Amino acid sequence: MSEINWAPSADIQTLKQRAVIIAKIRQFFAERDVMEVETPSLSAASVTDVHLATFATEFVGPGNAEGLPLYMQTSPEFAMKRLLAAGSGAIYQLAKAFRNEESGRHHNPEFTMLEWYRPGFDEFDLMNEIDALMQLILNCKKATSVSYQQVFIDVLGLDPLEATVRELQQLATEKGYGDIAANETHKDTLLQLLFCMEVEPKIGIEAPCFVYHFPASQAALAQLNPDDTRVAGRFELYFKGMELANGFNELTDSKEQAARFAQDNQFRVQMGLSEVAVDERFLAALAHGLPQCSGVALGIDRLVMLATDKSSIKEVIAFDVTRA
Amino acid sequence: MANYSTNEFKGGLKIMIDGEPCTILENEMVKPGKGQAFNRVKIRKLISGKVLEKTFKSGDSVEGADVMETELAYLYTDGEFWHFMNNDTFEQIAADEKAMGDNVKWLVENDVCTITLWNGNPIAVTPPNFVELEITDTDPGLKGDTAGTGGKPATLTTGAVVRVPLFVQIGEVVKVDTRSGEYVGRVK
Repeated sequence: MSEINWAPSADIQTLKQRAVIIAKIRQFFAERDVMEVETPSLSAASVTDVHLATFATEFVGPGNAEGLPLYMQTSPEFAMKRLLAAGSGAIYQLAKAFRNEESGRHHNPEFTMLEWYRPGFDEFDLMNEIDALMQLILNCKKATSVSYQQVFIDVLGLDPLEATVRELQQLATEKGYGDIAANETHKDTLLQLLFCMEVEPKIGIEAPCFVYHFPASQAALAQLNPDDTRVAGRFELYFKGMELANGFNELTDSKEQAARFAQDNQFRVQMGLSEVAVDERFLAALAHGLPQCSGVALGIDRLVMLATDKSSIKEVIAFDVTRA
Repeated sequence: MANYSTNEFKGGLKIMIDGEPCTILENEMVKPGKGQAFNRVKIRKLISGKVLEKTFKSGDSVEGADVMETELAYLYTDGEFWHFMNNDTFEQIAADEKAMGDNVKWLVENDVCTITLWNGNPIAVTPPNFVELEITDTDPGLKGDTAGTGGKPATLTTGAVVRVPLFVQIGEVVKVDTRSGEYVGRVK
């Protein structure tokens, strides 16, 4: 009989450091008068995002003899926006998020996310606040920032906003991704391939790097930039080869949000995935009125990896999926 | 041969890349929070021995390679082929010069080697980690020098040349690590 591996995947010293970091984060928000909240891990609705796979379960009990379908949340975003619509003001949450099909050196199917929302902030105000938190936790240099368009041109010599699918296929082939490029006609997939493989490793080396103004086609839940609708109020934070955070100047228009969900579902069908019922409670909250705000989700496990100089996520969580 | 999806990728899996059987060395998932997932895979081509990186879109599948390894004892060479035998079934297999590559210089009769077969044909031969071979030629060392610094080249019966300490002489049998080509010690 093989020996049962009961021991944690992280050492106790690292878990102590992790606890200190979590305490500092709570202190950071307490000083700034941002309220800590908790929202459900189990949600009646799932997400339409083409690239997110959810875990599904069901509740059987009083009033639900037949079983109520529930989904493990992939992020606490919709629930937190419902709190904002109800007048919560600035809020943050340290939540477990669950994503199926994700496992690796930087991924565990269950991970810890720090998500916070700032009414009245635009994305640049929020980037400044994230920068302050990064410096507090990592003792790192002040973050740099660059637009998506600029960094793509700097590294790859092609304008991502104007490039055609053909040009991106050509560039991907030159960079050694010919097999993918030959069959890929979706512009955003080509952009993501080039950005992930070629741009990310070259940015955020000395200091954290914010990349802002993501293409409108990758806006997700961000509003479009009123001055240049080719781009959205979406940003990402990279440091030492890792994607650490994703933030939005939040889309507050319920009709536009519903249209994006519908578009996601159309894309899902094209890709052979099943359609996902949209979160009507979330849309109703937007229709009621979400205050203009910016929000961000930051991967706590990856932050702890950077703070403790670990190369794998399993070294900073007590039990990774192989020992769960 | 079956196809493998990227979710089945792991170290040691044999797949076909550019018409050549390969073994996966490392598999890493790369995925932006909002966006397509990719698998960055480090592979070794089993015929050329080249190590390279290849990126796949997660969910795509790749043709598997019908590759297996078998332990066979070296018998003899007829100059064109090198003949090996399964000591249990007495079945024989002949490997050509291409499959032998540089490893021909470590072949010792009756030593059990690992033969890599692709579609039943040998594509690589891996000798045991350590082999014992007799020295056929080397310069006489200086008497009394037992800890020479650089050592000296010595030719073995198979034609392999290894660096040995100065005190080692023609006719002696030495143990060599075939992975590094380095002298390990004298065999008494």
